[in-house]
Amino acid sequence: MSRTEFMQGNTACAEGALAAGCRFFGGYPITPSTEIAETMARRLPKAGGTFISMEDELASIAAVIGAAWTGVRAMTATSGPGFSLMMENIGYAAMTETPCVIVNIQRGGPSTGQPTRAAQGDMLQCRFGSHGDYSTIALTPNSVQEMFDLTVKAFDLADRFRVPTFLMSDEIVGHMRERATIPDTVEITPPRALAEGSLPYEAGEDGIPGFAPFGSGRFVHVTGLTHDERGYPDTTDPEAHDKLVRRLVTKIESARRDIADYEVTNPDAKTVFVTYGPPSRTVEQVMRDRQDDSIGHLRLRVVWPFPEFALEEFPNARVFLMPELNMGQMVREVQRHVDQPVISLPKIGGELHTPAELVRALEAYR
Amino acid sequence: MIAPDWFREDRLPHIYCTGCGNGTVINCTLAAVEEMDWKREETVFVSGIGCSSRAPGYILTDSLHTTHGRALAFATGVKMARPEFNVVVFTGDGDLAAIGGNHFIHACRRNVDMTVVCMNNHIYGMTGGQGSPTTPPGAISTTTPYGASEPAFDLAELAVAAGANYVARWTSYHVKELTKAVTTGMQTPGLAFIEVRTQCPTNYGRHNKLRTVPAMIEYIRSHAMLVEKYNRLTAEGKPIPEGTFTVGELVRRSRPAMGVRR
Repeated sequence: MSRTEFMQGNTACAEGALAAGCRFFGGYPITPSTEIAETMARRLPKAGGTFISMEDELASIAAVIGAAWTGVRAMTATSGPGFSLMMENIGYAAMTETPCVIVNIQRGGPSTGQPTRAAQGDMLQCRFGSHGDYSTIALTPNSVQEMFDLTVKAFDLADRFRVPTFLMSDEIVGHMRERATIPDTVEITPPRALAEGSLPYEAGEDGIPGFAPFGSGRFVHVTGLTHDERGYPDTTDPEAHDKLVRRLVTKIESARRDIADYEVTNPDAKTVFVTYGPPSRTVEQVMRDRQDDSIGHLRLRVVWPFPEFALEEFPNARVFLMPELNMGQMVREVQRHVDQPVISLPKIGGELHTPAELVRALEAYR
Repeated sequence: MIAPDWFREDRLPHIYCTGCGNGTVINCTLAAVEEMDWKREETVFVSGIGCSSRAPGYILTDSLHTTHGRALAFATGVKMARPEFNVVVFTGDGDLAAIGGNHFIHACRRNVDMTVVCMNNHIYGMTGGQGSPTTPPGAISTTTPYGASEPAFDLAELAVAAGANYVARWTSYHVKELTKAVTTGMQTPGLAFIEVRTQCPTNYGRHNKLRTVPAMIEYIRSHAMLVEKYNRLTAEGKPIPEGTFTVGELVRRSRPAMGVRR
């Protein structure tokens, strides 16, 4: 029996984590993400898990990575300033192929910015924010229901690809209250175990090594230094570095179609909105109001790795319009994959685009 | 050889310079592990960045060689998620007291049940000998060419003040005492902090008229004073020679601890 409740997005995220088997949360209070920590603090001990309020966000993500290596599903939640602090250890998680989930309830930046206002200003940071080359996965919910569903999915992707996985939400969806259905159980896919006789960082064809969490008797040495398949540092050999880092990127990028998750509305349309997160709600409103088949909508639930093939779902598109709660971030990714004009419709300050604003854009560019 | 099953022989040769004290500290720690009769499958070594932090890479257990300063935060995650593991952290003065200072005091405050061994060589060794928060005033390093002008941290006293259940300080000269202190630390529920004053002849001694390894070790030995003697001299109002530091057990207590094996 599932249950349907009127709940807050951040609560639904915590519920999703619990349903997905998350049993470790390390965090630091920060608006507008704090309800996730509060829910986990209340619920985790009763579920046999561990909640710990760390001294800062550097420690939060560090504790999460440490816990993940003991084989538990582990998560942290934060917002802009805390997300910035996490960057070094996010690179460590990518380099060491540690499965973990990082929730970012985005707020207005830069710096302390607008703690209680929504933004989508960290979309490139979640892809490129730590130094060096790597790839990650980022999901973008647009409803309370998706705060639950995509959190569950984030854990599965993190485990499957052994990669830090981001739930890139924002103050609007995090604090929004609407109806959500919570199933009694969700299906969980654990990471593939390290095969007997395989080295700890020996990857198969899919580029993903099996996982041997601490305590499994495989004596894995985990280091952020460039390492060989044994996990041992090998920091000066150009080939060793190329082999490792190329695999870290390729294991994600080559699975783009597999990871992709998007919705297509009116594929024959000439004018196509491309959205992720809450601006999609305004586009949906406009489309409901106008009942106009010449307007299409591509809504991304996974933005990284970027599913450029999704743009081909609109063969008649003459123009793409991209409303984002930033000065134009993901729009660059769309622009580099299509020949048609891609119009950025940036909005900052913390409020969603109004339907009227999008209608004006439609009339100006169609 | 101490605890031969615990060494990753395929990692040799190691990176430590001739005369480095870190090998002594690793040996003493493994001797303590042997004394504890711990199983490799249940033991995790964690470290940050620096010469000290390369130690887990030579030990045949699961191990996390993490980011600079964050070892204790990673270790907290390991231990709190799986209290049945024995967790040992290797760190250094730069890793622990500079970039990781906040994690240090909070790990002591939480009294997480783990053993923290700090190889304090008074210098950033791996980057070539820059002044650290434990570089003694007046000491020469590549970033204190006119002598260190900042006061130094007393790491053991810091751990006592922050709440750790067990705190001891020894040197790389006092191998028996050090081994016993690490063992006692491992036996004590809560956070055990063992500071080890150790020699870095390459990057510290060379700049401070302690060019040879024996000279460095002798300098450390001769400036170490048993904490009981230090307290007695202080109580009697007698002078303490300059450069003296205390060795011995600074605290052993049973404050509430976190992450104790269930």
